[in-house]
Amino acid sequence: MTNEELKTTLGELAATAVIDEADANGWLTANIEAANWLSFAQSLRNVPELQFDFLFCLTCVDWKTHLTMVYHLRSTTNKHELVVKAKLDRNNPEIETVSHIWRTAEFHEREVYELFGVKFLNHPDLRLLILPDGWEGKKPLLKDFEDPINMIRL
Amino acid sequence: MFEEVGTTTEGDLVINMGPQHPATHGVLHLVVTLNGETIKNVEPHLGYIHRSIEKMCESLTYRQFIYVTSRMDYLSAHINNHACAMCVEKGLQLEVPARAQVIRVLMDELTRLASHELWWGAMAMDLGAFTPFFHAFREREVINDIMEETCGARLTMNYMVPGGVMHDLHPNFQQRVKDFLQLYKRKIHEYDELVTGNIIFQNRMKGVGIISPEDVLSYGCTGPVARGSGVSSDVRKLYPYEIYDKLEFDEVLEDGCDSFARYMVRIREMQQSVRIIEQLIDNIPDGEFQAKTKAVLKLPKGEFYSKAETARGELGVYIVSEGGTTPYRIKFRSPGFSNLSALNHLVKGGKIGDLIAAMGTLDLVIPDIDR
Repeated sequence: MTNEELKTTLGELAATAVIDEADANGWLTANIEAANWLSFAQSLRNVPELQFDFLFCLTCVDWKTHLTMVYHLRSTTNKHELVVKAKLDRNNPEIETVSHIWRTAEFHEREVYELFGVKFLNHPDLRLLILPDGWEGKKPLLKDFEDPINMIRL
Repeated sequence: MFEEVGTTTEGDLVINMGPQHPATHGVLHLVVTLNGETIKNVEPHLGYIHRSIEKMCESLTYRQFIYVTSRMDYLSAHINNHACAMCVEKGLQLEVPARAQVIRVLMDELTRLASHELWWGAMAMDLGAFTPFFHAFREREVINDIMEETCGARLTMNYMVPGGVMHDLHPNFQQRVKDFLQLYKRKIHEYDELVTGNIIFQNRMKGVGIISPEDVLSYGCTGPVARGSGVSSDVRKLYPYEIYDKLEFDEVLEDGCDSFARYMVRIREMQQSVRIIEQLIDNIPDGEFQAKTKAVLKLPKGEFYSKAETARGELGVYIVSEGGTTPYRIKFRSPGFSNLSALNHLVKGGKIGDLIAAMGTLDLVIPDIDR
């Protein structure tokens, strides 16, 4: 599906989503409300014309005023790609898990949980993955994280 | 995590495998729940070699951060550097000279050969065969010597830079690669004779560690793990970069979905890499090996994503730029991380011995997973 067709289909699917023009990679970006993410994700996966069956990147960006979840999706059957972004409150970041839709999200969400502190609602096993057990304090990938022992910046 | 070890109320045995276990090839820690010899659950604990490379990169310039990435998947160091260089080039809209493109592809394929050879030797060793390890390292050593001559290093080469490669090829490079190919084509049959046809080996590999094509996609597996289940995932074919679209090679697909299929994918991929190197080694164009770039690189505001096919699968580099000299945020989508997430699915219900075989065919490199 071309980007124009994709834009029309997405517009019909989710009226509240704001679709940005193609970025430097040639991908559309759908900006959605965090509360709508689960139903949007389900349609992205299941609508036959879309069929985004491969979540190839899941991460988070700290913008100091808020956090942004970034999902990179690809359809291996329809050969198109899409970026989905959702703004989160920095003090209490919460979003629904999609680990039952794309199993790869289970590990990726655990990583984002420990490094950014984002809480994934209904995640089957939200525990620390990389950081040592009992890690407390600031989340390492937040911009205001300081480590007095290990060098993290020059 | 160690207090979990012992016997559960249902009578299952919970044991630690790793972090210092010869078959995990690094510091991977698995907590395995066993009922007799049957695996009920495998829980990976990561982070023993976590260096927070993504955080470090936020304070390194676009030239500097590439060196750190050699330390992720150290067996595909060239390809890591390549993916990062391509991402920066995408931001700068930089054209890479033809000579540099060919050199990059040559280096990538030599890296893939070396990586697959190490995997082959180590995997056979996991299953109790020690001789293949020496055979594999004998040939891998020749590749390392070739790399050392041109790049100055044997493992973390740091040869790819934004705009091309750091310096020109060593005058001996072409001849030594040709000599290597001569030698290698004689030796590659030995691999099959030593291991592939062995009936004990086949019995341990066939029908274990099964993952269906649907699960491959759901778990985000790429590389030989996906292709062993017949899922087309070769970035070199699907999203060609550099000169891969002009080369003749096949994407290796097997439909066995088991450990043996993943094994065969890598064995056949080695032959494809030889094919690519043969096409290029006498056709390296003259010209610049590096495009002209400014001393200080500044990426425009925006988001840039590049992907490359490492020996383990699809490596993605996602840079968020605010217009400065350092990335605002960088994310490495490492193939090993997603492949590892499928491990529990692969081995659940199988025997403990099959765990070693299945893990061997995932070709895990721990620094790539922990980053």
